[in-house]
Amino acid sequence: MLARITHLWKVIRRPSTYFSLGFLTIGGFVAGIIFWGGFNTAMELTNTEAFCTGCHEMRDNVLPELKTTIHYTNRSGVRAKCSDCHVPHAWTSKIARKMQASKEVWGKIFGTISTREKFQEKRLELAEHEWARFKANDSLECRNCHSEKSMDFTRQSPRAAEAHQRFLVTKEKTCIDCHKGIAHQLPSGYISAHRSDIDPGVLAQSKETLQGYLVSKTSSDQVKAAE
Amino acid sequence: MRILTAVLIVFATMNFTASAADSPITTLRDAPLDQTSTPPRMTPQSNTDLRKARNYPEQPPIIPHKTEDYQVDIRANQCLNCHSRRAVEDSQAPMVSITHFMDRDGQFLATISPRRYFCNQCHVSQHDIKLQVENTFVDSHDLIEFLQQKK
Repeated sequence: MLARITHLWKVIRRPSTYFSLGFLTIGGFVAGIIFWGGFNTAMELTNTEAFCTGCHEMRDNVLPELKTTIHYTNRSGVRAKCSDCHVPHAWTSKIARKMQASKEVWGKIFGTISTREKFQEKRLELAEHEWARFKANDSLECRNCHSEKSMDFTRQSPRAAEAHQRFLVTKEKTCIDCHKGIAHQLPSGYISAHRSDIDPGVLAQSKETLQGYLVSKTSSDQVKAAE
Repeated sequence: MRILTAVLIVFATMNFTASAADSPITTLRDAPLDQTSTPPRMTPQSNTDLRKARNYPEQPPIIPHKTEDYQVDIRANQCLNCHSRRAVEDSQAPMVSITHFMDRDGQFLATISPRRYFCNQCHVSQHDIKLQVENTFVDSHDLIEFLQQKK
């Protein structure tokens, strides 16, 4: 037994003394195709809708919301599946995102969002991560399909055409700036975090803090005026 | 007298049944009540972005664009994403009426009043479809014109 292991070790250590150069070259090439192909196939499997919705966290929370939107069903039958928006398409960025996703495995094991309530609680934070990612890469995953160069503004509603020409073409804003919640519901906490201008009755809740703010602002304005 | 009343009642009842037969309650249905009718074809929401005149001064303005899939709940209000006071500069949409900032005591708040938060309770998108029932509404302006012609 020991003799066989020693022999095997010798072969692995100096294979060229046992096999021909041609065999090693072709064999290495074939093995490379198999391993590289296998690796990518396995990684593509983790990009499928079936894989993403294999866990109840995704199947019961975010998938039903996606189903009502135009990205899931529409007249022409094109579907943006989970990974089309949530995983970069370029290989290096994809690997980087997949490594980040190991945190999601951690979350699954420890049940970070194992109930609807836990999910709702955590949802703003999760959404913020995605919004930050889209903002940072200039909404790359939107632009994988939607390109402003292919947009015919005359076929858009006047409202959409106006907004796209003012903000998209001029690069003043990126897709996610206006289209948050396009494929999922907006999370609780969204209004106070992003749209405090529409938060009903927000000021009434903190009268004392506000009085302090007004006093300090008035005095600092006076100081500025005196200077 | 009593006979007359009885005759009248009989006559009225007959009249009623006759008219009921003329216009059955299945007017808007294409199947009897105990059967499921074929739903009408779904039509797209109008999306012209051209404001329509109000039919009477107090009418909540109708929405001249699509509002399908707009989220209006405790977590978000996608109408106000464009129509709020701060948003109209970017969106160039009409700002929500200042009356919507007023609470029930007539006090103006800094933001939209909770009781006016749910836009689609009063404001609705339109579908370009044939009227299902005849509408006998008369615009008050038509009355004014009618009076002017009388003079």
